[in-house]
Amino acid sequence: MSRGATLEVGSGFRTLLYKELLRFWKVSAQTVTAPVLTALLYLLIFSHALQGRVQVYAGVDYTAFLIPGLVMMSVLQNAFANSSSSLIQSKVTGNLVFVLLPPISHLEFFGAYTIAAVVRGLAVGTGVLIVTLVFEVPPLTAPLWILGFALLGSALMGAVGLFAGIWAEKFDHIAAFQNFFILPATFLSGVFYSIHSLPPFWQAVSRFNPFFYMIDGFRYGFFGVSDVSPWLSLAVVGGSLVVITVTIVELLKRGYKLRH
Amino acid sequence: MNYAIQAQAVQKRFGSLQALGGVDLAVEEGEFFGLLGPNGAGKTTLISIMAGLTRPDAGSVKIMGYDVVADYRRARRNLGVVPQELVFDPFFTVRETLRIQSGYFGLRGNDAWIDEVMESLGLADKANVNTRALSGGMKRRVLVAQALVHKPPLIVLDEPTAGVDVELRQTLWKFIARLNRDGHTIVLTTHYLEEAESLCNRIAMLKGGRVVALDATANLLKRHAGAFLHLKVQGDLPEALAQGAPREAGGAYRFQLASYDEVEAVLAPIRAAGLHIEELQVMTPDLEDVFVQVMSGTPAQERT
Repeated sequence: MSRGATLEVGSGFRTLLYKELLRFWKVSAQTVTAPVLTALLYLLIFSHALQGRVQVYAGVDYTAFLIPGLVMMSVLQNAFANSSSSLIQSKVTGNLVFVLLPPISHLEFFGAYTIAAVVRGLAVGTGVLIVTLVFEVPPLTAPLWILGFALLGSALMGAVGLFAGIWAEKFDHIAAFQNFFILPATFLSGVFYSIHSLPPFWQAVSRFNPFFYMIDGFRYGFFGVSDVSPWLSLAVVGGSLVVITVTIVELLKRGYKLRH
Repeated sequence: MNYAIQAQAVQKRFGSLQALGGVDLAVEEGEFFGLLGPNGAGKTTLISIMAGLTRPDAGSVKIMGYDVVADYRRARRNLGVVPQELVFDPFFTVRETLRIQSGYFGLRGNDAWIDEVMESLGLADKANVNTRALSGGMKRRVLVAQALVHKPPLIVLDEPTAGVDVELRQTLWKFIARLNRDGHTIVLTTHYLEEAESLCNRIAMLKGGRVVALDATANLLKRHAGAFLHLKVQGDLPEALAQGAPREAGGAYRFQLASYDEVEAVLAPIRAAGLHIEELQVMTPDLEDVFVQVMSGTPAQERT
């Protein structure tokens, strides 16, 4: 027999999303401006060093080739950083209890953190794209692919960040995840080169790197050329997103490392 | 009978530590209920299980009739918990914090109630101050306010007055007592036993993860049927008499008596020794005496 307040009111999803957006927006110098500056430095250094010496695709100069890779790298890294740092901060300071006590469902919890990560990733990516336009305007051959990969890629990395945040018990764990997994995987994904320039062994290894598909598919949207078919990239990225979503919702259901 | 809390055979183990060893507890709607016990007795673990912050290994808990695991959304909507740890989100002001907490419960346009809660807890002039800039006592008030944004029928306060000044304690209890009169069920843990004695109509005592006493406050006090005789004489008591009575800081002796009849047995030898009595007080036991007796392992016996 149940007699409590059964008054059905709205869900907590909207507020949790709003709170997550406000959290990074209140410190946007650190969460948006700083990563845009970092990407700009990469562009200046690599294009200065390699422009005119390397041509990856016929008719595409190196700076133009580099821009989409840098944009996507910024999108992915910042999506990861948003959900992982938000969760570990709340865990370490103890205020995660404020979102664990209310009647927020597992899917809403997952959705709010992931969507906020997508917004942060896209905000940084747009910023990087705008400042790089000063140097070179890459073609926009297939804008829907650009948008699609930006959305799916940032959602995937936001979810990976959420996983890292759930798993981690202290800031060091997140740093380790970032330094030993995210950073090598992005740098070795073909942001700065085409995997066709690699020896066969490393080409084969790159094919197991999900970052490669996110970057390659995103770049296809600009040039209409890519290392593998964009459909394959879409399948890999979309499939990975489904797998990690199911995994995280199941972990949330079990209370893994959040509800002891 | 309508229950705000129904806990049945709740067990929880953390590694080798048995935090709860089969707790049965039922709290009726409208009660002001005290959950007492030494540190590590399992009070916070039990509260965490009610709130869904911890999963029980066995047994079940229902809040206002809703199972905290199977029907967690309804259970949580009916429960407000003031956590023991002094936590806050440094990104937001007091008002933002309370609006966000309302939103987590799906409530929008809740400002009238938020203002009332802030007013009642003496937070009104801090509404636009960042929580990071508040004193410990003010942060505690914010935590209480956060637990109340959704007007939960059941309010659980886990040591809300630990390290808190007299003013906040009085403000808090006045407000909580009003909520109790309005029909909210209150569950309180505290180490200040005089607080529990004056506020709670019923009390459970936990020790080592088990309920070792559970009764109306008045009945618990009656169990300790004896009295205390507090006595100070000029000089020292006769050896035989002093043995049974611990000496307090001021030099007074404290005799535990099974009944008032025993007063004479103490006074007679003093008279015989010709000692001058400087102070004399006979005191009835309070909750602390009952608590000490229960916790000392000898189960409080029904005395007649």
